[in-house]
Amino acid sequence: MEHFVQTLVDAVSVGSLYALTALGIGLIFGVMRLINFAHGELITFAAYALLALFGLPTPVMLFGAIVVAVALALITERAAFRPLRNADPTTLLISSFAVSFFLQKLLILVVGSRLKGLDFLPTLGRQIAIMGVRLQLLQITTILVSAVLLVALTWFLRSTRLGLQMRAAAEDFRMARVLGVRANRVIAVAFALSGILAAAVSCLIVVQTGVVQPRMGLQLVVIAFVGTVIGGLGSLTGAALGGFLVGAASILLQALLPPDLRVFREAFVFVAVALILLFRPQGLIPARGLKERI
Amino acid sequence: MTKRVPLLCVSGLVVRYGAVTAVRGVDLAIGEGEIVSIVGPNGAGKTSLVSAVAGMVALTAGSVAFAGEPLAGIALEDVVSQGIALVPEGRHIFASLTVTENLLLGATVRGDADGVRADLDRSFDMFPILGARRRQPAGQLSGGEQQQLAIARALISRPRLLMLDEPSLGLAPAVVDRVYVLLRTVREGGVTILLIEQNAERVFGLADHVHVMSGGEFGLSGTAAEIKADRRFDAAYFGVHMHETVGDR
Repeated sequence: MEHFVQTLVDAVSVGSLYALTALGIGLIFGVMRLINFAHGELITFAAYALLALFGLPTPVMLFGAIVVAVALALITERAAFRPLRNADPTTLLISSFAVSFFLQKLLILVVGSRLKGLDFLPTLGRQIAIMGVRLQLLQITTILVSAVLLVALTWFLRSTRLGLQMRAAAEDFRMARVLGVRANRVIAVAFALSGILAAAVSCLIVVQTGVVQPRMGLQLVVIAFVGTVIGGLGSLTGAALGGFLVGAASILLQALLPPDLRVFREAFVFVAVALILLFRPQGLIPARGLKERI
Repeated sequence: MTKRVPLLCVSGLVVRYGAVTAVRGVDLAIGEGEIVSIVGPNGAGKTSLVSAVAGMVALTAGSVAFAGEPLAGIALEDVVSQGIALVPEGRHIFASLTVTENLLLGATVRGDADGVRADLDRSFDMFPILGARRRQPAGQLSGGEQQQLAIARALISRPRLLMLDEPSLGLAPAVVDRVYVLLRTVREGGVTILLIEQNAERVFGLADHVHVMSGGEFGLSGTAAEIKADRRFDAAYFGVHMHETVGDR
C-alpha cells in the first residue's frame, strides 16, 4: 500500500512538472502559434542562475532564477520572434530551434558542457510521514508549487483585463487587435509568464537532480511538447493535462512494467501518444475557434 | 441629411494584393450622423475598402482621414481609439469567451470602468437576448444573436463611426429585419454608419447615400432614392464600366 501511494505521489509530482513546462509552451503557442523549443533554455538558464547565486539566501536565488528566465524570454521575443511575427508557423518553429541551439551553445562556450553539482535546498530531500506513508518533501513541494501556479495562472487569465485580452488573442488575434488589444503587450506578457513557469520548473528540477547541465531544459521541453500535442495545441487546459499525463504515465510505467521492459518505458509512452492522436487528432481537449494569427 | 464636414474622407484609395488590384482609386466622404452604404457583388472590393479604413490592410495609394486627421500609418490596434469600430464579415466573435467577456473586449480602449459597466447594462437593454445569455460562451449563440453581439461589442467602444461588413450574411430574413431595426436605433444615438451589403434592396430603406461598387470602383453614387430609381443600377452592380454621381446630373 505504502509503495503504491509513493508511486502515485511520484507520478503526480513528475506529471505536475511536465504540466508546468507544457503550459509554458502552450501559452506562447496560444498567442503566437509558435512552438517555442527555446523554452527549454529558459529552464536551463534559470538553473545556471541558481548556480551563479549559490550561497546567497534562498529567496535571492529564487528571485534571480525568475529574473533571468523572464528577461531571457522577453529578449528572445524581442530579438528573434517579433521580427518574424507575420511569418508562417514553420519559419517560427525553425527560428525557435535556432534560438534554442544558439543559447545552448552559448552556454557551453561560457560555462562548458560538463555537469555541475548544485546542492540546492537539500532539506527538500527529506522524507516525511503523512498518514503513515513516508513521502519525499520535494514531491509534496512540487505538487503544491504546481497547484499554486496553476491556480494563479487561471485566476490571471479569467479575472484580469490582460488575461481576458490574452484569451481573446489566443482565439482570434486579428480581431482582438481590431478591438484595441495591443499585440506587443499581450505577447510580451505571455513570454514573461512562460519565463516564470520555466523558472519554477528549473528550481524544482535542480532540487530533484542536484545537477545543472546545458541540455537539461531541452529534454524536458521535448517531452512536454508531446504533452501539449496530445492535450490539444492551443488549449491551455489541454496542455496542462497532456503534460501531466505524459509525465505521470512515464513514472507509472517505470513502476508497473516488468524490470526487463522498463528501459523501453518511453516507447510505451509514445505508443500511447500515437494511439491518442490516432483517435483524437485534435488532442484530448481541442482548442476552440482557432483563427489566423495576427 | 444635410451635408457637413466629412467625418470620414477617403481619397484615391487603391488596395492591391500582389498582382490583383482590389480597390481602384475610390473617393468616399461620409458626413457625421449619416448612414452610407456600399453595395456590390462578391469580389467587388467592398471588404478591401472597409479593411483599409480599419487599418487591417495596407493602402497601396490614396489617403484616409478621420475627423480631419490622417489615419495612414496608425497601428491596427489604435484605429478603434480614434473612434472607428468594425463589425467584420463573419462576425468574428470569440466563441470560447462568454457574451459579457466579448462585450468587455469591445471596451478595451476605454479606461472608465464605471462607464463601461453602465454601457454593458445599456447593451443588455438594447439587445435583450444578450442579457439573457450573458454568461454563455458566445459560440453557443445562433447566427443572429452572434451578429447582435458583434454589433453590441463594436458599440461599447463608443465609436463615432460604425462600419459593418455584410451584417446580413448567412442570416434568416426575419433576423436581418431585426438587425436593420437595431441599426436605425444606433443611428438615432448619433453614430455614423458605413454599411457594406451585397443585397441592395436591404439598404435602400436605411441608407442616406448609396455607392454601387464593382470591379474595385464605384459605378454609381447617389441618395438611396436616386439609386433605387436609376435604370443603370443593374449595369453598375454587375460591373459595366461607368461612374456618375446621380445627383450631379
